[in-house]
Amino acid sequence: MARTRTNILICGGTGCIASDSEKVQKNLELIVKARGYGDEVKVIKTGCFGFCEQGPIVKIEPDDVFYVRVGPKDAREIVDEHIVKGRIVDRLLYREPEKGKIDKQENIPFYKKQLRIALRNCGLINPEDIYEYIALGGYEALGKALTQMSRDEVIDEIKKSGLRGRGGGGFPTGVKWEITKKQVSDKKFIICNADEGDPGAFMDRSILEGDPHNVLEAMAIGAYAIGANKGIIYIRAEYPLAISRLNTAIKQARELGLLGTGIFGSDFNFDIQIKYGAGAFVCGEETALINSCEGKRGEPNYRPPYPAEEGFWGYPTNVNNVETFANIAPIIIKGSQWFSSIGTEKSKGTKVFALAGKINNVGLVEVPMGTTLREIIFDIGGGIQGGKKFKAVQTGGPSGGVLIEEQLDTPIDYESLTEKGSMMGSGGMIVMDENDNMVKIAKFYLEFTMDESCGRCTPCRIGTKRMYELLCKITDKKGTLNDIDALKQLGSMVKGSSLCGLGQTAPNPIISTMKYFWEEYLGFIQDNEHLSEEGKYKYGH
Amino acid sequence: MKIKTIEELKKIREEHYEKVNLREEGDSITDKIEVMIGMATCGISSGARETLNAFVDEIQKEKLNHVKVVPVGCIGYCHSEPTVQVNKPGEKPVLYGNVKPDKVHSIIEKHIKGGEPIKDLVLEMNFERA
Repeated sequence: MARTRTNILICGGTGCIASDSEKVQKNLELIVKARGYGDEVKVIKTGCFGFCEQGPIVKIEPDDVFYVRVGPKDAREIVDEHIVKGRIVDRLLYREPEKGKIDKQENIPFYKKQLRIALRNCGLINPEDIYEYIALGGYEALGKALTQMSRDEVIDEIKKSGLRGRGGGGFPTGVKWEITKKQVSDKKFIICNADEGDPGAFMDRSILEGDPHNVLEAMAIGAYAIGANKGIIYIRAEYPLAISRLNTAIKQARELGLLGTGIFGSDFNFDIQIKYGAGAFVCGEETALINSCEGKRGEPNYRPPYPAEEGFWGYPTNVNNVETFANIAPIIIKGSQWFSSIGTEKSKGTKVFALAGKINNVGLVEVPMGTTLREIIFDIGGGIQGGKKFKAVQTGGPSGGVLIEEQLDTPIDYESLTEKGSMMGSGGMIVMDENDNMVKIAKFYLEFTMDESCGRCTPCRIGTKRMYELLCKITDKKGTLNDIDALKQLGSMVKGSSLCGLGQTAPNPIISTMKYFWEEYLGFIQDNEHLSEEGKYKYGH
Repeated sequence: MKIKTIEELKKIREEHYEKVNLREEGDSITDKIEVMIGMATCGISSGARETLNAFVDEIQKEKLNHVKVVPVGCIGYCHSEPTVQVNKPGEKPVLYGNVKPDKVHSIIEKHIKGGEPIKDLVLEMNFERA
């Protein structure tokens, strides 16, 4: 049997048949035969593409070109131009209103809602079977990097892709690798930060439990690029299943020589060790994480020196988050250009979010950067539970802030969320409905940061405690406007003077709820005498 | 065996392709059927282990030797755990949500043996994989 070189897929869904797709199919078949391509080009009727309003739909594979509104008369042009001459028929491509033409299916907005890069294998493979990972192309990126690319080429590819740290900071990953590579040292380390601590966030756990080899492979690629021979996965001990699957994965990778000495016949040696954390939130901060890895108390250090200069035991160390690593192998295989074609100008690729709170479809989603909060919450998340009204969404966990209805059309990227007073964070997204009291939400987060403050610096240690006390006083209806004012001042002090990110961002939930829900703070105040002076105290006035 | 070249890796990939080719498009020439069960922490805490045991028990009892149970990670549908995906050759895989052990029997009878998916339990897979 002759091997088919091209498939012409034509939609046979009810919608497309109603708009004459059967005639299009017949014409395509006739013309393909007439041109003598009957053996190598197949016309196949498929199920619905879900894009009925643009039907009939014709898709050419493997070119992945997507034609819309194809009439019976267009069949000849598609065959003569595209199939015979290999030229795309411009006028039949999908046009996004106001923007240019789009030829690839994954670029069409309807399909764009979720794109899984970091989660690509989760739920698709048995995480305890390395052969299933290999069967889907696993470890080919490592092979390609080691045998066909120099260390600089690997770094360059990651830099060009525009990948930024997915733990929340958003520092360009390629630049981080480059800085670590430039350090002169006989020993270097690469660390995977799996100390996922935001309340309600479980993106990293899912990746490690569903696709552990993905992270191991990426760590090996990173280690090759920066010149490290040892990797450490710092993971909280509360993730026993992730730990056990990682251990299995490491063992299997060693057996196949994908970890160890002379990987892929090169002179690159690399092995990975797991270190367990006790679950302190601050250990997600990289200097505290390194201290904890060394067996010291999990407290942050002053930076500089950055870990890239002096990290684990004083050696140059590169720390990346689990989700950041999960994007590496596809970038090496598919190229930086593919990756940077997804997302917004400054934030490339996709982001995984853990949807929680008063939302119908609680779960994990992975969307291209630039997707709006409204699309995530209402289209993918299925809206608010019980048909209630949306009130606010907290992004960035306890370090972030709330965003309200008017901001739902904000396209998600690092800059736009910070601009609106919240932050990307690691990907927790907690949705609140009309019945939630925002002062109590702020109190919940403050209780968390107060508990998690490591105590090293005074503003954070004492400040979070005092802020929490004030919030308790207010929600107990014993507060006055002076207390709200004190809270406000304390917030800016803690923000400005704390040593690490934990303290610097701890007041954010208070600041943002005051900004948008000032009247809820007032609602707890019984002090009628001063309420007339409200304007004096109002946040931002 | 240690893999020393990309060619060796690709050979292993081809040898094991049969293991995964059913999963995305139901593209397989064998009569093998797969039942994939989301066994991450989230799934297990919602009872996926009991569901998996129920599948294994019934498959053994019914001597359905061509049906294989595969534990997989989480696909993010926390709202509908435990999730189960049934892959049959030549058919688009079907994803089920809220599959407690009491649903296992009807999935085996109606879908795996009978060929009729149970519509009430079907979830839509609204994502593309890179």
